[in-house]
Amino acid sequence: MADTKEMKKALFGPILDSNPIALHVLGICSALAITTKLETALVMSLALTSVCAFSNLFISIIRNHIPSSVRIIIQMTIIASLVIVVDQVLKAYSYEISKQLSVFVGLIITNCIVMGRAEAYAMKSPPTMSFLDGIGNGLGYSFILIVIGTIKELFGFGTILGFEILPLVQNGGWYQGNGLLILPFSSFFLIGGMIWFIRTIRPEQVEAKD
Amino acid sequence: MSAKKETFGKTVGIVVAVCLVCSIVVSGAAVGLRTMQQTNAALDKKTNILTAAGLYETGMNNAAVAEVYEQFVQERFVDLETGAYVEMPEGYDMYKAAKDPEMSSRVEGSNVGFTRRPDVASVYVVKNEAGDVSRVVLPVHGSGLWDLMYGFLAVDADGNTIAELIYYQHKETPGLGGEIQNPAWQALWEGKKLFDDGEVAIQVKKQAGRDNPYAVDALSGATLTSNGVQNTLQYWAGENGFGPYLKQQSWRS
Repeated sequence: MADTKEMKKALFGPILDSNPIALHVLGICSALAITTKLETALVMSLALTSVCAFSNLFISIIRNHIPSSVRIIIQMTIIASLVIVVDQVLKAYSYEISKQLSVFVGLIITNCIVMGRAEAYAMKSPPTMSFLDGIGNGLGYSFILIVIGTIKELFGFGTILGFEILPLVQNGGWYQGNGLLILPFSSFFLIGGMIWFIRTIRPEQVEAKD
Repeated sequence: MSAKKETFGKTVGIVVAVCLVCSIVVSGAAVGLRTMQQTNAALDKKTNILTAAGLYETGMNNAAVAEVYEQFVQERFVDLETGAYVEMPEGYDMYKAAKDPEMSSRVEGSNVGFTRRPDVASVYVVKNEAGDVSRVVLPVHGSGLWDLMYGFLAVDADGNTIAELIYYQHKETPGLGGEIQNPAWQALWEGKKLFDDGEVAIQVKKQAGRDNPYAVDALSGATLTSNGVQNTLQYWAGENGFGPYLKQQSWRS
C-alpha cells in the first residue's frame, strides 16, 4: 500500500505541492512564449510531458551504468534525441501547430524541468517511479500553462481554443481585447499571481525569512 | 556504486553506446516520417493557394484539397523580366532560386526588404468549371515589422482587380500586425484595383474608405506591418515584379 501512496505522490505531487514552475521556478522561458493561445500551450504541455517521462525512464534504466564524469552529457544526449523525435512527429501529424510552436519544441532540450528531474530524481530512482515522476512534473508544467493559456487567450483574443467567447470590437463585437495579455511578458504577472495563490493555500511553501 | 569502478574504457563504451542508440532512434524517426512531412508541407501550401483562389471551404479534408487543386489549379512559371511563360524543371522553388546568384537579380530602389529576387517565379493559374482562367495567384513576400511576410495575391482575369490577399507565413505581433490574417481585414481587399492608368496605385493607408478602389484601411496599431504590405504589393505589382506578366496577360493565350 505504501507503494501506491508513493506512486500517487510522484504523479500528483508536482501539480500543487512541488510544482516545477510555481515552486522551483523552472521552465519559465517556454511558459512565457507559447501561452498566447491555449492550443499551442496544450500541445507544448503534451510534448514536454512525454519528453520528461521518457527521458526519466531511459536515464533511470541505465542510471547504474552512467559514468558520473559524463552524466550530464549523456542525459542531454538522451533528452535531445527524444525532443527531435517529438519534433518530427509533430511535423508529420500536426503541421499547423508545429509551425506555430516553431523553435520552442526544440528548446525543450534546454528546459530546466527535464534536466532537473533527470539529474535530481531519475539518477537515483527505479524506472517505474522515475517514469511517473516525469509524467507528474509534466502535469505540473501543463497545469500552469493551461491556466495561463486560458487567461491570455480569453482576455487577449476573446476566444477559447479558437471559439469566440467574447466578441472582439474589430470583428463587430463589444469586447476590446487586452493588448498586454497578448504579449509574452504578461505571463510574468500571471505566473507571479499563481505562485502567490498556490502559496496562500499551501503556506508551507513560503520560504522562511532570513 | 558505479563511481568506484569507473574506468576510462567503460566511460567511452557507455558514451559510444548511448550515442549509437540515440542516433539510430533520431535518424529512424526522421527517415520514417519524412514522406508524411513533405505531404503535409505541400498540402499546407495547396490549402493556402486554394484559399487565395477562393475555392477553399472550411472543413475540407486533405483528399478534397488535393482533388480540387488538381482539378482547377495549374502551376506555371513566369520570366519576371518579360512576363512570358517559361518551362522549368519540376520541383523548381523560387525561394531557393532567389539565393542562387545565377538565377536571381539584385533588388534595387525598393524598400521591400529582401535583396535578391528570382528571375523566374511561380504563378498558380486558376480555372473555372468551363476551363477559362478566373484568377491568377501570385506568390508575394516582403518585410513586415519583424521578418519577411509570405503571402499569395490573387488577381482576377483582368489583371487588375484584386480578389484576395492571403498571408500564410509571418512573424508579426499577434493581435496587432498579426491581424493581416484576420478574415475581416482580408475581405477588404476584394475588388480593389492594382493599377490606375498603368501605374501601381494600390495603397494601404489610414481612413481609406470602403469606396476608394485604390486603397485599403491600414491596420490600427500596426503601421509598420501595413507599410510592409504596401511595399510588398508596390514591388510585386511593379516593373520588377509581376508587372510585365499582369500587363501582358500571358494567361489569355
